[in-house]
Amino acid sequence: MNPNYMDLSYGDLALAAALIAINGVLSLWLKLGLERKLLWASVRTVVQLLLVGHILAWVFRFDRWYVVLALMVVMTVIAGLAASKRGNRTYLGMRTDAMASISLSSWLVMGLALFVIIRIRPWYTPQYAIPILGMILGNTLTGVSLGLERMTEELIARREQVDLLLSLGATRWEAARLPAVQAVRAGMIPTLNAMSVVGVVSLPGMMTGQVLAGQSPLQAVRYQIVVMFLIAAASALGTTMAVMATYWRLFSPDHRLRSERLQVRSASQS
Amino acid sequence: MLGQSAADAVLSGSFPLKRQTVSTIAPTIASASSPSSRPTPSSDTHPVLIDAVHITRRAPLSGKTLLQPVSLQVRGGDKMAVVGPSGAGKSVLLRLLASLDAADGGTLSWRGAPVTRGDILRYRRQVAYLKQRAAMLDGSVEDNLRAPFALQVYRDLRYREDTVLALLHAAGRDASFLHKSASELSGGEAQIAALVRVLQLEPTVLLLDEPTASLDPASAVTVEAMVARWYAEPAQPARAYAWVSHDPAQAARIANRTLQLRAGTVETGEHAA
Repeated sequence: MNPNYMDLSYGDLALAAALIAINGVLSLWLKLGLERKLLWASVRTVVQLLLVGHILAWVFRFDRWYVVLALMVVMTVIAGLAASKRGNRTYLGMRTDAMASISLSSWLVMGLALFVIIRIRPWYTPQYAIPILGMILGNTLTGVSLGLERMTEELIARREQVDLLLSLGATRWEAARLPAVQAVRAGMIPTLNAMSVVGVVSLPGMMTGQVLAGQSPLQAVRYQIVVMFLIAAASALGTTMAVMATYWRLFSPDHRLRSERLQVRSASQS
Repeated sequence: MLGQSAADAVLSGSFPLKRQTVSTIAPTIASASSPSSRPTPSSDTHPVLIDAVHITRRAPLSGKTLLQPVSLQVRGGDKMAVVGPSGAGKSVLLRLLASLDAADGGTLSWRGAPVTRGDILRYRRQVAYLKQRAAMLDGSVEDNLRAPFALQVYRDLRYREDTVLALLHAAGRDASFLHKSASELSGGEAQIAALVRVLQLEPTVLLLDEPTASLDPASAVTVEAMVARWYAEPAQPARAYAWVSHDPAQAARIANRTLQLRAGTVETGEHAA
């Protein structure tokens, strides 16, 4: 298709996979004991990506809104489940909160991107819809899980202070404000850091990919700029929603901390 | 339970003793130190401030009973020692009275009106709660003393340095104490700072959960003196406190009533289950 584009054969993949031998030799030489893990990780990389490639190829070829939608739902559910797995504190309803905040914020921002900013027609064109949702989900997932982790940790660490403020007559929000602010900040900082070094320290995979595929760097950076703002908006929204959901779960309307709802995650789950 | 009555608690003004009847239908009020004697609060002419009727508490997850239904009244002028062995539910009772934990049954009233969700913050302003180890916020002692004034419930009050200095003076501390870092205070200093933090707000009732149990003797004397000074100040209505203590000598020294708890129930006062 694109004359500047080199298609890769399975033989090329095999050559690249041979590079893992470097890791294997190092592991043997330094007695790292990582050989089995290296082998397993390599196999997973190859199998997972080839599988996804085939699924995406099929979805692209089929090109029906309901197939794209189904795939997007699956992606969102996986992200929601992953977000609630982090940290060693959990609370009743954390999974629901993670799922709700990730899906609401990501789909809202994706909707804005597809309908208002990039104006794709039809909206479900998989070439756009799926990578954009994927990038939004990946970053929102990080923000939400960091926010949830920080909020629960702060409420444990500052439990005495929260209790003190409540005993003085603070509203539940006055008592929870500091932990909540810290948690939202913690969730938003990775995105802010990424935004401030993008292009200088790191070249985002999406932009690199477009350039590799023969797209003009000027167009590639425009897409990257749009995507950065989508990511920033969705992860800020998702993090805030998750932290507020935690707040509503853990503080009762009569201004009490429901610390009994906070639990240490059992080892098997973490 | 809490929050079901539409009536607003009267948190200031004169004393409408709408629930005067309680003391006749429920003679379960805290009893005096001697089991045989009739409960003798400091003065029956003082208004009932806190009226707890059959309040009970279970552990949130296990459902284990932490406090059997207890009824008690705190009247103006009361100096109540809350005594009993460890695990008897003294701290549980105090946190219920402070409205910091939700009761699993019973009612809590302030000056005759049930404490509803809408006035729980004003109730907590009137009824201050101090625990054994004082919690300090980040920053200096002064930051800690100023912190309450940022809260909505105190928006009618302003931080007054003269008030604070007078309280510190009574505790044998001077203005330099204000600039200490809260994280570097000893246990005794922290408790003194915590006491100044609530006393400057002029609460009507103090709930003290072993405030001196982990303090050095000098700090313990200071804390007792600060509470006594606050108690003696003329106020309308008269002030009152409930003081959990493990030390019989202290309980005798600071109290004019005693509430004996054992295994989650009031031992010397009968109570309907």
